[in-house]
Amino acid sequence: MKEVIHTPVPLVEEEEYHINMGPQHPSTHGVLRLVVTLQGEIVKSLKPHCGYIHRGIEKMCEKDTYPQIIHLTDRIDYLSAHINNHAVCLLVEKALEIEVPERVKYVRTIMDELARIQSHQLWWASFGMDLGGLTCFFYGLRDREKILDIWEETTGARFLQSYYTPGGLLWDIHPNFQKDVKAFIKYFRKKIRDYDNILSGNVIFRERSRNIGLMSKEDAISWGVTGPSGRGSGWSCDVRKHHPYALYDKVDFKEILYTEGDTLARYLVRMDEMRESMNIIEQLIDNIPEGDFTAKMKAVIKLPAGEYYQRVESARGDLGLYCISDGNKTPYRMKFRTPSFSNLSVLDHISRDLKIADLVAIGGSLDLVIPDIDR
Amino acid sequence: MDPEKLKERVLTLIPEAGLEESKQYPTFIVPAAKLHSAAISLKENEDTAFDYLFCQSGVDMEKYLMVVYHLESTKHGHAIVLKVKTEDRENPVIDTVCDIWRTAEFHEREIYDMLGIRFANHPDMRRIFLDENWVGYPLRKDYKDEVNIVEL
Repeated sequence: MKEVIHTPVPLVEEEEYHINMGPQHPSTHGVLRLVVTLQGEIVKSLKPHCGYIHRGIEKMCEKDTYPQIIHLTDRIDYLSAHINNHAVCLLVEKALEIEVPERVKYVRTIMDELARIQSHQLWWASFGMDLGGLTCFFYGLRDREKILDIWEETTGARFLQSYYTPGGLLWDIHPNFQKDVKAFIKYFRKKIRDYDNILSGNVIFRERSRNIGLMSKEDAISWGVTGPSGRGSGWSCDVRKHHPYALYDKVDFKEILYTEGDTLARYLVRMDEMRESMNIIEQLIDNIPEGDFTAKMKAVIKLPAGEYYQRVESARGDLGLYCISDGNKTPYRMKFRTPSFSNLSVLDHISRDLKIADLVAIGGSLDLVIPDIDR
Repeated sequence: MDPEKLKERVLTLIPEAGLEESKQYPTFIVPAAKLHSAAISLKENEDTAFDYLFCQSGVDMEKYLMVVYHLESTKHGHAIVLKVKTEDRENPVIDTVCDIWRTAEFHEREIYDMLGIRFANHPDMRRIFLDENWVGYPLRKDYKDEVNIVEL
């Protein structure tokens, strides 16, 4: 008679194995592939594989004129399209020493802040969905639609606007612009309370996001994690405060800082930033001065030979444009320092020894936009 | 610190560096062999305290290849630019700084991918965007690709 031998099954698996998260995975919000090394369900390390939508924008810039480059920057971080356009315009204006009309500065600042709000709305929508709250997705997209409508009226596009040109704007704002923006802010001030009721105050959500993905201030600086993700670790890195452009030195706004450095802190920074952006818009919307919507520009823009660097605060952090010009109408070299690229690099460090379900929450809290990584 | 004082302070820390004419940030040319020790002293020194590498880019200047480091101090708020040049186009190697500023790990992989500059002592020196068996380095000025690049 054969003897039955029972081998005990270990509760914790000793062996390490690899799992591909992505390129098609709902929580990566695009084509990002994370090769995760797991032991049981504990993340031991992870390696991001990028480049699925690398389009060679930096190479394309070497063949394009500056007004053409604006159309490429829309497609880098499509959720802060206005802000990316702004960076190119500021770079050209700084190089040519052009002072843009006050009206342009007002409109640009308002548009930038609308871009920040709608980017954070979409982030809130998908972050809630990542953690199992499908209602968030519908609420977030419903409210974001209002901003897209405002943009469509003025710029003619809902998503990739290319509304700014070097020296000003493509055309003037729509007559209804101020009325619509004020109506939106009145509407969204009510709705953002719902956001807090649904998610920010939800016990399950808070317990799931607290104390995971801890990032110290030193880590954030060393890894170059900027934007709301860096400010969740207490690092004051807001370009609008430290290197003001447009009207940011005139308006009164707070830089939102949380010191906990966990997923919840990064969440709360973005929630507060939406309110702060509304405060900025409210200060400006009634005071848009009359005047030209563009400065006088030459038909062909050539930057004097030299090097230029322009920083702006996109919805994801410190966006930098490094341009080397040899005096031609196309740049010799154009480098984009995109915030998502640096923010992704810290993911391995802050998600080690946590569960794979936490990785989804941490990835969501860094608010990665994949074209912003790949360029 | 005002720009002139900062220039002096940096030049006493890295005496080998050469000053370059520039409008925006004080710019220094550092010999490739001195880069790593210079980077450490710029970060560790109390007066300079450059702890944030806010941009690292590779440039093909045709006569030479160049890596540009944009550094900022979060404590003092000042910024400088370091440039390292190499004339070797076949096998260019520069020391890594990713043990000093961790963000350099990804940026250096991108520079290797696009310009073919290898970084000594980098923990994971692979291409980051393109396929491992891609031939050539697209951001070099002499790069030719009949299939993938459409000339306008």
